[in-house]
Amino acid sequence: MPDKGLGQLGDGLLFTAVVVYALAMLGFAGEQATSRARRTVTSVRAASQVLVGSGPPVTVPTETVTVLKPSRAGQVAFLLTCAGWVIHLASIVLRGFAAHRVPWGNMYEFSSAVAFVAVTAFLGMVVRGRIERSLGAFVMVPVVLYLGLASSLLYTAAGPLVPALHSYWIKIHVAAAILASGSFLLSGVVALLYLLRSRYDDGGRVFPISLGASLPTAAALDRMSYAVIAFAFPVWTFAIIAGAIWAESAWGRYWGWDPKETWSFITWVLYAGYLHARATAGWKGRKAAWVAVAAAGALIVDYYVVNIFVVGLHSYA
Amino acid sequence: MTELDEATTLTTQPAPVRPARRGELFGPIRLGWRQLTSMRTALLLLFLLALAAVPGGFLPQRKINPVRVNDYIRGHGALGRFMNRIGMFDVFSSVWFSAIYLLLFASLVGCLVPRTRLHARALLARPPKVPKTLKRLPVSESWSAPAAADEVLDGARATLRGWRVERRGTELSAEKGYLRETGNLVFHLSLVVLLVGLALNQFFGFKGTVLVVQGKGFSNTLAFYDNVQPGRRFDPSSLVPFTVNLKEFHATYASDGKALTFDADVAWSRPGSSAKRYDIRVNHPLQVGTAKTYLIGHGYAPHIVFRDVDGTVVGDSPVPCLPQDPQFLSTCVIKEASTKGTQFGFRGVFTPTTVTDATQRVGSSYPGPRNPALTLVAFTGDLGLDGGTPQSVYSLDTTAMKAVDNGTAHALLPGQTWRLPDGASLTYVDTPEWATFQVTQDPSRWVVLLAAVGIVGGLLLSLFVRRRRVWVRAGEGQDGTTTVEVGGLSRTDPERFASEFAFLVSEMRDACRTKA
Repeated sequence: MPDKGLGQLGDGLLFTAVVVYALAMLGFAGEQATSRARRTVTSVRAASQVLVGSGPPVTVPTETVTVLKPSRAGQVAFLLTCAGWVIHLASIVLRGFAAHRVPWGNMYEFSSAVAFVAVTAFLGMVVRGRIERSLGAFVMVPVVLYLGLASSLLYTAAGPLVPALHSYWIKIHVAAAILASGSFLLSGVVALLYLLRSRYDDGGRVFPISLGASLPTAAALDRMSYAVIAFAFPVWTFAIIAGAIWAESAWGRYWGWDPKETWSFITWVLYAGYLHARATAGWKGRKAAWVAVAAAGALIVDYYVVNIFVVGLHSYA
Repeated sequence: MTELDEATTLTTQPAPVRPARRGELFGPIRLGWRQLTSMRTALLLLFLLALAAVPGGFLPQRKINPVRVNDYIRGHGALGRFMNRIGMFDVFSSVWFSAIYLLLFASLVGCLVPRTRLHARALLARPPKVPKTLKRLPVSESWSAPAAADEVLDGARATLRGWRVERRGTELSAEKGYLRETGNLVFHLSLVVLLVGLALNQFFGFKGTVLVVQGKGFSNTLAFYDNVQPGRRFDPSSLVPFTVNLKEFHATYASDGKALTFDADVAWSRPGSSAKRYDIRVNHPLQVGTAKTYLIGHGYAPHIVFRDVDGTVVGDSPVPCLPQDPQFLSTCVIKEASTKGTQFGFRGVFTPTTVTDATQRVGSSYPGPRNPALTLVAFTGDLGLDGGTPQSVYSLDTTAMKAVDNGTAHALLPGQTWRLPDGASLTYVDTPEWATFQVTQDPSRWVVLLAAVGIVGGLLLSLFVRRRRVWVRAGEGQDGTTTVEVGGLSRTDPERFASEFAFLVSEMRDACRTKA
């Protein structure tokens, strides 16, 4: 039987994590907003083309590097994100103990896990120096939205699973789907930022394109988005295949164009399109980024619309 | 191609389409083929494929739920009929969807064949010659080493362990990461294998469903199935011979009615061998040879005994009722005829845990049989059984019938009997459960699984292996030293390659230093 007390503690922790993430988002936004004021050009002897700092295309004399004075708001926001991550992790683990099973058996738990992956991927990239931490201002938006929706509309108390989910494949298939979804979510945000920055570089100054001023270079954003998708795409492929193997033993067929399967297929085809577009003349850059955004949109339809509005075999929550 | 171009081409991606020369025989055909196999066309077809699948993701599909399709068409009038005509409810078997994926696969094969040839050639070939100016490469370095050219090159070769290295005079060419393109080709080839596997299933596969009441059974022969979906070239003699008897079906529910477990305890046997017990559950099908038996549904079958005026039993069997809601309110149809020829039809609902609301409507509040009841309305007249037209046991046509008792509903509890006006009677004895089984034979399952493995494996190689080249040139320097020039190239992840290159260069420098 599910443990009510543990379950409620887990729910409380998740709510706390959302608040902490929201505060972190504000801090990162502060860091973004003041990035121009904190920029100083220091003359250094070292290599010439190191400029990776954010900002409008300023002609920088060779032997100089743009240095950003560290922002207090950004440091606090980063620490808050780490704290939120720990609280978030604790809430997921408690869920598992409360329900005596993997903590991803319904939409509430799945959303929480997907957001957790997105935050983990973001923090991992920040620590490895692959992404600027101030992008947290944008990354935290869908994270907070996902978790907010999960704790309000999609809330489900800890409980047992329907028979179709009684299988070890839930560990494999759903875990892979979560890992891929969280990463795709992050790549969708970065692709949108790329579009902003690239418009800004072309002279756009209207909001929201004006936000591009304090973003990393378009090339850097493009690389980030690609790196995340290149990681997530095989994982998503594996999730679909594991799902097919599971469906074969649960429903008697490995593929039946159930709405969830159809939208997973659409998402897969669009990401495959992105990977090809990035290597095709005339499609590189903005067009490819739009494909990545469309693919992330298909992923969101695959999750929210299919689970809530379309009748199908995946309607568990 | 210039020398630098050739050396720096790291992909087998086809060259852009060249317009046909005037007067060239088959020019237009060749141009059409080149267009089809170009990356741009493939990309466009990919997007079309995604777009074409969208209606299949929103609209009900006939293969999955024909009832909802009919409701939808009825609810949308002319628009619904138009959508039906253009295949909106059969998206994945429609002409336009098939056309898109067949074109895509034609494009894929057309691309795959020349690329496989190019890659095979690259695998057999030696790494390309050193470009004239290494400085023009994305990463390059040069220094003067206090050693002879041979020593420098030997040191460099030792550093490049795991690379394919070719020495030409005082120059080294090295290449690594051939598996990237191998993976890419395996991935795309596996997609073709996947399509072949799916097609084989369409031709030779078989799927049949059968409803079995507790205590009864079925054999894996066409005659037993309520519904069959054989492949186009399916041979009925390829059905694996076995029989299954449903000993007991058992479901458990949580207190809120959510299903916890379903178990079908069956005895199964192949001809000539003794019966074995097996517990068929969701996620736990019974496999006999290539045939898999799945538990796909369940419900209640009230046991009905129908007696004539003189008490002769004319009907004695369970009547499967079809579940309509999560609490298993189920609809039932009973058709009986007395020995004198009077025909009776009953229509009603079975409720496992019966509740009645303020308007006396019956409902069910729990899916388990806590308080079962059968509520029936009776009709008498012509059931239409003699008309020769086949009819469903689950529907009752009352156009030629008259309601008994002005259509008043009678509720029966287990063991109760309803005495009809002309003296016949209907007894609701008890409620055995039924289960539906699906038997699937898919001889090409392994082809599909193999393709899936190839898809994931190929994808991982093609995304994570980096193909790169490094060139070394040892030239004569002043005072017996050697001028070493090193250049490198990688199309994927230039940042990572830059640090790898820097590491290689420092190793090479160390190598000659220790020698000296």
